[in-house]
Amino acid sequence: MAVIKTEGLTYVYGEGTPFRKVAVDHIDLEIEEGEFVGIIGHTGSGKSTLIQHFNGLLKPTEGSVYIDGEKLWDDKAKLRPIRFKVGLVFQYPEYQLFEETVYKDIAFGPKNMGLDDDEIDRRIKETARMVGLKPEMLEKSPFDLSGGQKRRVAIAGVMAMNPKVLILDEPASGLDPKGRERILSMLKDYHKQTGNTVLLVSHSMEDIAKNAQKILVMNKAKLFCYDETVKVFHRSEELRQMGLSVPQITRVFDRLKAMGIGLDDDVYTVKYAAELVLSMLKRREG
Amino acid sequence: MSSFIEIRDLEFSYINEIEEPPVVTEVLKGVTLDINKGEFVAVLGHNGSGKSTLAKCINGINIPQKGSVSVDGMSVADENNLLDIRQKVGMVFQNPDNQIVATIVEEDVAFALENMGVDPKEIRRRVDEALKTVGMYEYRLHAPHKLSGGQKQRVAIAGIIAMRPDCILLDEPTAMLDPKGRAEVMKTIKELNENGVTIVLITHYMEEAVQADRVVVIDGGEIVLDNEPKKIFSQVNTLKNLGLDVPQVTELCHILRSEGVDLPDDVITEEECVEKLYELLG
Ligand SMILES: Nc1ncnc2c1ncn2[C@@H]1O[C@H](COP(=O)(O)OP(=O)(O)OP(=O)(O)O)[C@@H](O)[C@H]1O
Ligand SMILES: Nc1ncnc2c1ncn2[C@@H]1O[C@H](COP(=O)(O)OP(=O)(O)OP(=O)(O)O)[C@@H](O)[C@H]1O
Ligand SMILES: [Mg+2]
Ligand SMILES: [Mg+2]
Repeated sequence: MAVIKTEGLTYVYGEGTPFRKVAVDHIDLEIEEGEFVGIIGHTGSGKSTLIQHFNGLLKPTEGSVYIDGEKLWDDKAKLRPIRFKVGLVFQYPEYQLFEETVYKDIAFGPKNMGLDDDEIDRRIKETARMVGLKPEMLEKSPFDLSGGQKRRVAIAGVMAMNPKVLILDEPASGLDPKGRERILSMLKDYHKQTGNTVLLVSHSMEDIAKNAQKILVMNKAKLFCYDETVKVFHRSEELRQMGLSVPQITRVFDRLKAMGIGLDDDVYTVKYAAELVLSMLKRREG
Repeated sequence: MSSFIEIRDLEFSYINEIEEPPVVTEVLKGVTLDINKGEFVAVLGHNGSGKSTLAKCINGINIPQKGSVSVDGMSVADENNLLDIRQKVGMVFQNPDNQIVATIVEEDVAFALENMGVDPKEIRRRVDEALKTVGMYEYRLHAPHKLSGGQKQRVAIAGIIAMRPDCILLDEPTAMLDPKGRAEVMKTIKELNENGVTIVLITHYMEEAVQADRVVVIDGGEIVLDNEPKKIFSQVNTLKNLGLDVPQVTELCHILRSEGVDLPDDVITEEECVEKLYELLG
């Protein structure tokens, strides 16, 4: 069964004003449980608006959203548990840290869920380990941490609720390359270890290529496609036309292919590219 | 003759006077840097290395505690120069929310021009042109705070382009943009540069730094590397140790070289990589 399902999902900002904007337009979508999904789309394509429907932060203007088969908004009382089931990490989440210690900040969500202190403690320690925060950091003030560390605290706070679906809106934006790599490999480990569904919104095709099994492409408020990573990056020309791209390494090998170099597969990570070139050279020698 | 931007032994610390005793964060520890008119310089460094702090020293938001900074011969330490300096050096800030001043996009873009006393007709022309350049003309009557992240960033860039400064400092201007938006901003930057505008671009995207004439790397408040892009990005291990990275094409050639494949160590663009691999496999 799909963990997230939408039917004709539509959202309009500023209805009845001159600035009426259809930000999400009749989207039908089914995301299976346990998937690692990359979400891409040009700026203003509706990515942030779409994902805010998945945990009931926005109410569809039209159409419906189902989480785990349950329709949102039929019964408002049921929205609260949905917010625990679907954890949403906003862009620049570190601006929302406010407690005196890292420990308390991570505890905030689990506490709201009504978990007992022992369970809260267990979850904090586990998520801190998962995001790579050393135990001694838990007693520090979040304001004494670096940008990248703050970001990890904010993500840990949502992870500690152990949501069935974890959604992150550009979690690596503004981080330096090393910080970026750390956050992404941490998400990959989290996905592997918990088996939870992860949705990652990003403008970096390279990051999406390295991590996502499937890609959801938004274009002008509509769902352009939802498919396997390889298949999506295979449509490089269409992606380019909608303001997106493919990883740099993919562009290189697409061009080599066009120049007549025989390549069976699409290349979309550096690691695979290196293996491919080495095996071609070996075959030639042999 | 002195260079356009002249930085000598610059030291800068943030001093938080609210705390008792005041908390001092030492950031820049003796930076010397010359930027000539018309240059396109990319600045790299890990989070917290001091990039934004340095940029704010150049247009006089931060006043150095030691050493000196001057723009076109005018010292930033002299308050009487600040208005002139800020018209010569426009800055696109890291967080576009900090830059939004008006409730309508086109007023926001016009704001600095009005303060500069530019003729209203000329303002109209420049605002329209700048909004078209960044692809936000159709949003000219919208409220900036209701735009998506990437849209706000474009509006902030338009505001600076409209001022037509001699030099533009851009602090991670593409952090929230999609690939096309990033490419367009880079194209705009290069066109401005070809028309003589000096560009200082702070970025975490190595593919952008590759396009500059010169790359400056900051670490711990000091300049640790300053050279042309090829000479910088061929130092793959050094960059990684500084928390930085190299373009994917450079990374690929680096891996292949370490496996004994005969490739140069300074492949930094897509074109060069295609060419070298074609020679190898074709
Ligand atoms: N609060 C709001 N009021 C009115 N319009 C809005 C509001 N928030 C977003 N919009 C508009 O809705 C559209 C979709 O915005 P959204 O933030 O979902 O895009 P996005 O794909 O997340 O973009 P980005 O990549 O820049 O973050 C945009 O055209 C935007 O201008
Ligand atoms: N207003 C401030 N008051 C006190 N400390 C500050 C202030 N602004 C920055 N700092 C500190 O100064 C150091 C350098 O910050 P700066 O913003 O210049 O780094 P940066 O290289 O631009 O980093 P990033 O890549 O994250 O933007 C950091 O340790 C930061 O925490
Ligand atoms: Mg968004
Ligand atoms: Mg900065």
